[in-house]
Amino acid sequence: MTLIMNNETVIAKTRQSRTIGRDLTGIGAILAVAVVGYFLFPDNLALLTRIIAIALLVLSLDLVTGYCGVATLGHAALFGSGAYAAGIAAAHYGITSPLLMTLAGILGGAIAGLICGVIILRAHGLPQLVLSISLIYLFHEFANKASSWTGGSDGLSGISPDPLFGTYEFDLWGQTAYIFGVFLLLSVFVLLRVLVRSPFGMLCRGIKEDPLRIMAMGASPKITLIKMYVISGAVAGVGGALNAISTQVVGLDSLSFTQSAEALVMLVLGGTGSLFGALMGTLVFMLFEDYVSAANPFHWLTMVGVLLIAVVLFAPKGLYGTAAGFIARRLEKRT
Amino acid sequence: MSAVFDVLNLKKSFSGLTVTNDVSLSMAPGDRVALIGPNGAGKTTFVNLVTGNLRPDSGEVCLNGETVTKIDAIGRVRRGLVRSFQVTRLFQDMTPAEHVALAILQRGGRAGKMFGNFLSMPNVMDEVSALLAKLGLADLMHRRVSEIAYGQQRLLEIAMALALKPKVLLLDEPAAGVPQSDTGRIEQALADLPADLAVLMIEHDMDLVFRFAKRVIVLAAGTIIFDGSPADVTKDAAVREAYLGSYANANHAA
Ligand SMILES: Nc1ncnc2c1ncn2[C@@H]1O[C@H](COP(=O)(O)OP(=O)(O)O)[C@@H](O)[C@H]1O
Ligand SMILES: [Mg+2]
Repeated sequence: MTLIMNNETVIAKTRQSRTIGRDLTGIGAILAVAVVGYFLFPDNLALLTRIIAIALLVLSLDLVTGYCGVATLGHAALFGSGAYAAGIAAAHYGITSPLLMTLAGILGGAIAGLICGVIILRAHGLPQLVLSISLIYLFHEFANKASSWTGGSDGLSGISPDPLFGTYEFDLWGQTAYIFGVFLLLSVFVLLRVLVRSPFGMLCRGIKEDPLRIMAMGASPKITLIKMYVISGAVAGVGGALNAISTQVVGLDSLSFTQSAEALVMLVLGGTGSLFGALMGTLVFMLFEDYVSAANPFHWLTMVGVLLIAVVLFAPKGLYGTAAGFIARRLEKRT
Repeated sequence: MSAVFDVLNLKKSFSGLTVTNDVSLSMAPGDRVALIGPNGAGKTTFVNLVTGNLRPDSGEVCLNGETVTKIDAIGRVRRGLVRSFQVTRLFQDMTPAEHVALAILQRGGRAGKMFGNFLSMPNVMDEVSALLAKLGLADLMHRRVSEIAYGQQRLLEIAMALALKPKVLLLDEPAAGVPQSDTGRIEQALADLPADLAVLMIEHDMDLVFRFAKRVIVLAAGTIIFDGSPADVTKDAAVREAYLGSYANANHAA
């Protein structure tokens, strides 16, 4: 008996250290990619910063879609709300500190997340998808009409963030923005790793699999999912704010159906239900898009389409999911 | 002893077919009741009505003297009415330890905690280990559910229900689908249930029913046709009629 218990404690301990190991690997990988990117594309840091902003959107989408099973094609509503919140704070209220702008983005995203969550979670399956699409069009149209605040279709300009910590200018080279972005991404990644492993994260996975079973335990799937939507909104809001700070303009496209659909495509490409998957999907999709659209401006969309079909057919768990499964099987064989 | 669980004149029909017909029953703490009846008698429907998963056409459900008919399923669980399912509903990628830990935290209203991990919560893990050890699942506690045998999954269902510290426990065929050789462990778990817990068990295995129950209720076509001691149930003419009349079909259906 004691032997078994000891054995179990050992297993638990190994698991724990393994997850911490994976956290450190994740942080290391993000940093390594960030450094490599910096030296590979020194003249195109703006692209890398945009990749980070969109990665935050895709992470945010993964929280509700990958971890909770919510179907949505309107997730850019949260990202765009964060971007506009940060942009409006700077352009209309003179809140130009990058940290405060980020905070505004978090708030704007969280509020949009609350609104979208309350509405989208009233339905399931196909009706849920339709609700999410209607919402993104409503958000888009609202931003378009409220042009005295948002600049309408001209975009919101006049955003000039202060230097970071009073020293580092958000200049044309985009170094500050890039490093700020990497810092934001790392912070969000660490917090989300904690979140998805917490009891709350476990509850969400349970809801995705069998909400009725969760109810039979006395927990409310509805309230849990709405909380997750608010968190997801905050994460997307960080991405939106980063975009506003780095490009110094916010356009209606940040609040568009296209952006929402692309985010979902990136998530599926990388693999749902894992933070690494979301990051990998964004990176591969956006680099591929950038490279192919420059190399072959006429057929690049076709190529993106072919890539996607190949992934969905041959690696249905996404790039990361498939790779992780492959490595796990190899490791298992060895032991 | 005063009742912890009261059902008054519960009725339910599905598009004209009456599945629960004026069912009333009352249980006190410590009761061990078996609810039996041919397949399709309405046993599972009864459980669903009581737990709030289905809405009755009329009738009342009371817990500890409080009428909960208008309270939703979640509210009833929080008031101590817990069920298990006829077919196990577990999370395939999670471990038994995670299942039970989640239930323990939920009981304390802490399942929504957004930081920390079960494995680093010694109080929770102690209770998890103790509960799983009692059910003979100690050495499986960190396996995935998809890797453990069905009989063990059934035990885990019971463990999850117990982790919620219920006052009334409804077990829908806890041994269904388990090979005969493995039912001993489940029977032991049933015998070890807390003494002050009121338990209503639906079961087909009559040996199990006779060893477990102090009181047997027979449901046929949505109506209670017998409510009495196990010793009397086999002698009852109406029960024989209902069972013999439908036994052949029931056995085939099952
Ligand atoms: N949701 C439902 N809609 C229509 N008929 C149902 C539904 N649930 C159960 N029934 C019917 O009610 C009867 C009783 O079912 P059930 O309660 O599952 O019986 P038991 O558990 O005693 O075998 C069956 O005839 C079944 O077909
Ligand atoms: Mg049944």
